[in-house]
Amino acid sequence: MAQNVGNKNAEALFHLVDARERLTYPDNAAEGITDEGDSYVKTIAKRFFKNKVAVVSLGVFILLLLIAVFATQLSPHPRDAITGQFQAAPYDNFYLGTDDIGRDVLSRLIHGTQVSMIVGLGSVAIYVVIGTTLGLVSGYFGGVVDSFIMRVTEAVMSFPFFMVILTLVSLLGSGIWVVTAVLGVLSWPALARLVRGQVLTLKEQDFVHAAVATGYSTPGILFKHILPNVISPILVNATFGIATAILTEASLSFLGVGVQKPRPSWGNILSEAQSLRVLTAQPWRWVPAGILIFIAVLSINFIGEGLREAIEGETKN
Amino acid sequence: MEETTVLEVKDLAISFQTFEGVVKAVRGVEFMLKKGETLAIVGESGSGKSVSTKAINRLLPEKNTLIERGEVLFEGQDLLKLSEKDMQGIRGNDIAMIFQDPMTSLNPTMTVGKQIAEPIIAHKNVSKEEAKEKALELMDLVGIHHPKKSYKNYPHQFSGGMRQRVMIAIALACEPKILIADEPTTALDVTIQAQILDLMNKLKDELDTSIIFITHDLGVVAQMADRVAVMYAGQIVEIGTADEIFYNPMHPYTWGLLASMPTLDVDQKNLYTIPGSPPNLLHPPVGDAFAARNDYALAIDFQQEPEVFKVTDTHYAKTWLLHPDAPDVTPPLKVVRRKEKYEALFSVKMYANSTGGGINGG
Repeated sequence: MAQNVGNKNAEALFHLVDARERLTYPDNAAEGITDEGDSYVKTIAKRFFKNKVAVVSLGVFILLLLIAVFATQLSPHPRDAITGQFQAAPYDNFYLGTDDIGRDVLSRLIHGTQVSMIVGLGSVAIYVVIGTTLGLVSGYFGGVVDSFIMRVTEAVMSFPFFMVILTLVSLLGSGIWVVTAVLGVLSWPALARLVRGQVLTLKEQDFVHAAVATGYSTPGILFKHILPNVISPILVNATFGIATAILTEASLSFLGVGVQKPRPSWGNILSEAQSLRVLTAQPWRWVPAGILIFIAVLSINFIGEGLREAIEGETKN
Repeated sequence: MEETTVLEVKDLAISFQTFEGVVKAVRGVEFMLKKGETLAIVGESGSGKSVSTKAINRLLPEKNTLIERGEVLFEGQDLLKLSEKDMQGIRGNDIAMIFQDPMTSLNPTMTVGKQIAEPIIAHKNVSKEEAKEKALELMDLVGIHHPKKSYKNYPHQFSGGMRQRVMIAIALACEPKILIADEPTTALDVTIQAQILDLMNKLKDELDTSIIFITHDLGVVAQMADRVAVMYAGQIVEIGTADEIFYNPMHPYTWGLLASMPTLDVDQKNLYTIPGSPPNLLHPPVGDAFAARNDYALAIDFQQEPEVFKVTDTHYAKTWLLHPDAPDVTPPLKVVRRKEKYEALFSVKMYANSTGGGINGG
């Protein structure tokens, strides 16, 4: 038998509890509701922050963003001013030397960050809006609407991407805003397909049927009930999209059809390495730009990878 | 109290276009629903019970559904003729639904509180604060503890029973006149099932809502229903009050259903099953659709569809056995015993039948 609890305790513990007395006990009646458990976003954030590489990458990306925002304040020299010697290796407060007409390479790199961030974030913002909207509409309504949107998507996808950009840039003139817009307008098909696929499965789920049966308007169902459930894949796609956009801008500027000098971008700084003399004898003029592109793209990809793992962990666990 | 009719379904026939051909899923269903009553629709899978009720709320896929004929009269207007826009104003507001599986019927990315408040915002002209206030009241009403705390919880933090309570709160948010519950307890375990049924009964009395309760569980029917409609192969074969259907059934299919229900008081080694399976509605059989599986089939059943015979003012059955010329038959022993027991218990005499045809009360 159990140990002797003493007469008094036994009386207090071993008697039948009637309904009225039950009410005097602390309320533990919240059956079926677990206390712990966060919102979807919180859960993903928690998982994301456990991934060290992703967190460091996020730090790097935020640093780059800050550099872009405070470019003017951070640069030791004005962006386009000829302040130093020509083609000089690093000296004094020209920490990364000067270019062929005596502008500070570091200051130009800092301002180049601005370009990369604008192009990266701007074009992604544009294509996420287009791609998500078309994907939602296409997937939800189906039928003729779906067929039409999907054929248009395939048409846009089948354009040789670089050729179209080159053509458009030469037609519209080059410059940071044109590059941003063109990249945004041409990059949506993959996302539209992704969203459509998700919507196709989501719209057959009971909670969407229930929403219809409760008499919600179609836009209400699309944006309040379906969209929040496709946010995660969109987010992952958008993250990788930023990296791609930065790379594409750099490539375009390298080829001379992207951001035009004197406005500096990592790509057009790198293009100076097209000259054999710069490539071999003046590494300070192009190596830092290359490294920055590398770091930016790599960190963004790690963030995307981290996000994807955090979201997929949902299904794994 | 004056009993008013809130819903009337008249001669509803629905077919689906499939690759194999036209499936006649519902073939002339008629029933009406009075204010504050619970009508249970029972039948096997594929008997058309879900399809008929989805047609009321116009939730069938428009692409391949053909409403061949019929009317669904709600407050004098035919719901089948309304525009989609007008229908959105009725769904959830006047006619709400509770779905079978509470685990998947809630939006995983929205807090339960917001999901309960949403129909109020969508249908009633109220501010967000008022809707939230009302949602908290509803959560309390359906027995969700700590409404304020639970308001901000997500569905995955709730158990199945709790989620079904949330579903009920959503369905009742706009105080609908009709609540369609499509097997609302099938996905729950038995103790929770009993709680949910109690809750629905309680709320029905409080809010004076009419309920259409779809189920294949006769035990649930006995607990919930005022009236019962038995569906078979897209038709209502028998309809009557719960007592009439349980203790004085007239249709051999209803006999089969009741006989196949396990009971504790009748000695039996084997549970009765209705032989065969329902007919393929791609090619509905001639005559009575149940004839091929019917131990009591008459020759006429294979040639001509039975008429609906009136047993009492509330009790109708669609079987030739009630025809004056039909031979006398005795229902299965289990059904007879049940009737005897009922008559003994309440010392009443159930009518044999009023048309003079041949079903012996035992």
